[in-house]
Parts: sequence; C-alpha cells; structure tokens
Amino acid sequence: MGRAAPRSASALLLLLLLLRAERPRGAELTFELPDNAKQCFHEEVEQGVKFSLDYQVITGGHYDVDCYVEDPQGNPIYRETKKQYDSFTHRAEVKGVYQFCFSNEFSTFSHKTVYFDFQVGDEPPILPDMGNRVTALTQMESACVTIHEALKTVIDSQTHYRLREAQDRARAEDLNSRVSYWSIGETIALFVVSFSQVLLLKSFFTEKRPVSRAVHS
Amino acid sequence: MAVELGVRVVRPRPGTELGGVMRALLLWLWLATPGSALYFHIGETEKKCFIEEIPDETMVIGNYRTQLYDKQREEYQPATPGLGMFVEVKDPEDKVILARQYGSEGRFTFTSHTPGEHQICLHSNSTKFSLFAGGMLRVHLDIQVGEHANDYAEIAAKDKLSELQLRVRQLVEQVEQIQKEQNYQRWREERFRQTSESTNQRVLWWSILQTLILVAIGVWQMRHLKSFFEAKKLV
Repeated sequence: MGRAAPRSASALLLLLLLLRAERPRGAELTFELPDNAKQCFHEEVEQGVKFSLDYQVITGGHYDVDCYVEDPQGNPIYRETKKQYDSFTHRAEVKGVYQFCFSNEFSTFSHKTVYFDFQVGDEPPILPDMGNRVTALTQMESACVTIHEALKTVIDSQTHYRLREAQDRARAEDLNSRVSYWSIGETIALFVVSFSQVLLLKSFFTEKRPVSRAVHS
Repeated sequence: MAVELGVRVVRPRPGTELGGVMRALLLWLWLATPGSALYFHIGETEKKCFIEEIPDETMVIGNYRTQLYDKQREEYQPATPGLGMFVEVKDPEDKVILARQYGSEGRFTFTSHTPGEHQICLHSNSTKFSLFAGGMLRVHLDIQVGEHANDYAEIAAKDKLSELQLRVRQLVEQVEQIQKEQNYQRWREERFRQTSESTNQRVLWWSILQTLILVAIGVWQMRHLKSFFEAKKLV
C-alpha cells in the first residue's frame, strides 16, 4: 500500500482501533423501578480513570431510593439509603467491571422512576485526530472550546431543572386528583352521617313508645 | 465485530487519495466498533423500559448488543443469531411510533414529533425456554439523544468542513438543542401552571359547596326532627 503519509495515518488509526477500549463514554438513562425491586448496571472501567454517577428520583412514593456502587472485587465504594439525589465521583483503582445498583426493596407499593447519569473519563473529541494535536490551539479554536464547555454547563443545568420540574409537576397532578377524590368522599360521608344520625335519633324515640305507654297507664 | 452500518467499499484508482480512503475506512471501523457500553441483565420474559423526556423534532439513536451466559465456559458469549430483541417506542400519548424486531445486535432510530416522555421498551423474543436455562441475558445499551446523536465525522466528510468549521457546527447544534429544550420547558411550565390553577379552583369551589351542603343538611335535619317530635307530641 504505497506511500509514507497514508501509511502513518493508517498506523495511527490502527493504534486507535487497538485503543478502542480506552474510548471514553457515558450513559444517561431514566428507568422505572418497581416496588421491592433492584436494578443493577455494570460498566467496564480502566485503571486510573475517573468516573462519576449522578442520580435523582423523579416520581414515586417519598422520592427516595437506595444506591450502592461496587468495585470489580465486590467491595462497596459508595452506599447510601433513602436518598433523593446525589452525585458521586471516584477514580478507579482497579481495572474491571464496576456495578452500581438502585434498590426499592424498602418500599411495598410505590414504584419509582430513577434518572442516572454515569460518565466515564473525559468527553471524546468530535474527530478522533483532534485529540492528537501536535500544535497548540489557535485563538479561534480555544474560543470554540470555551464556548463548548459553557454550553455543556447550560445543558447540564437544563437537565437538572427539567428533572426538578418533572418531580414538582408529578406532585401537583397528584395533589389535584387527591383534592377531587377527597371532596367527593367527604360529601358522601356527610350525607351518610347526617341520614344515619336522623334515623338513629328517630329509632330511640320509636322503640321507647310501648315503655312510656306502660308508664303512663 | 462491526455493527451493521452499511459498508461501502471504495476501490481507489491508482495515484488518487489512497490514504484518504484508508483513513476513512479505519475511522469508520474505529467509530463503529462497539466498546463495552453500559450493560444490565434481563430475564426471559422481562421487559425493560427506559423513559426519555425530549422536546419535539429530536433524534434518538439507540445501540444494543446482547450476550448469553454459556454454562460450559462459564462466561458470557455473544448470543445466538436466532435470539433477538423486540424494541417498542411509545410517544407521550401512548401511541406506538416504533415496534420492530431486531437481531442479537441492533440499532434503532426515531425522531420525536411531540414533546414529552417517550418510552423505549426492550424485551427478548425468545420462545425456547432452554435458551436461557434459568440464566440471564446481558444487554449492552447506549442511547444518544439530540446533538449527541450526530456523527460529526460523517458531517465533516459530507460538507467538507475544516476542523474549525466543524467545531462551530457543533456549537450551533448545541445551541439549537438548548433552544428546543427551552421551548419545551415553557410548554411544560404552562401545563404545570394549568394544573395548579385547576387545583386552586377545585379547592375553592368544593369548600363553598361543602359549606352549603353542611348548612342545608343541618337545616333539613332540624326541620325533619321537629316535625317528627311534633307528631309524637313531645314538643
């Protein structure tokens, strides 16, 4: 295959292929956790790579969940019970499969919706050879990088607000339906109680009639 | 193993950009080869659902890969070709927008037309019970939403953009995503406000109604009992 330039480029990309296990990645998922259930996720992390886990309970019960993170040897590196939201970062000391689990086993009838964001390593560059620059970034390029980082922060805070709003909206809709049911229930109870009061009172005076007649006579 | 992304083999003419083609091919291979993504275990008849709350006109790309536990080798091996996953996507109005069967490795794409909570459900199509043999299926899943779903290498190649132009294109895509999310936020806030106002109205009217009912019942009770006692000649 010919020339020096394509050969070095091919070699570089072959190297990237071999290193594909190093490719940084992240996952952001929202799932439903039924009552008395546990859901675990696993991800392979290289040694020395920093990973972070953010999670938040969106709907259900008291909006809390148990969460724990274990390293490949099964040692718990993070364990929290009944948390509404939290953020956890850790630098992997051992290469292997790390697992993080969400548990709703303490709840008997409320199923929960949980959002989590698991990021491993740094964000990958949009073109692979951007990460292997020899020269420094020009002013335009570093301005682009700054804007990109700032926009990422904006998107992150939008996600945060979206989750909070979903939680509040769920509570508001819950309140709305509860007000309806409670009002109907109370009206029915009012009618039932008042009619039975009148009937009971009437029954006191009706039964005593033969007794009072005997007394009078 | 490479994912089924449509291979187009280009035979370079001698003296032309052989290096460019090789680069593109290797680049494609590097991007297409799945690393081990996040994975979870799923039972035979179990259905796992994920919720994506997205604005309208947003593209969502999902990649998955399955592995089955091999008891003899005591490790997870790629699943047999017959074992596939059924993917079902529902829009916020519970209308099914995607319901397809894929193989043991698959990639599904959909674009939202209404803003809201879309539900992506996966379950295995296995009919033979012995396939799982009491074990679990390991599913590697990766879902990319909106701007993250863009393949910048493809965009750069198609529009012939330089590195700086590509960076600016990425910024433009990000800003568009932010704008879409903000419009969606405004729509949701309006719905939230309507719910709160409805609750407020309901509490107000029900309180007034219940007070009136109370008073009416009280008056009726007194009149009824009074006429009862008068009949009994006790009053």
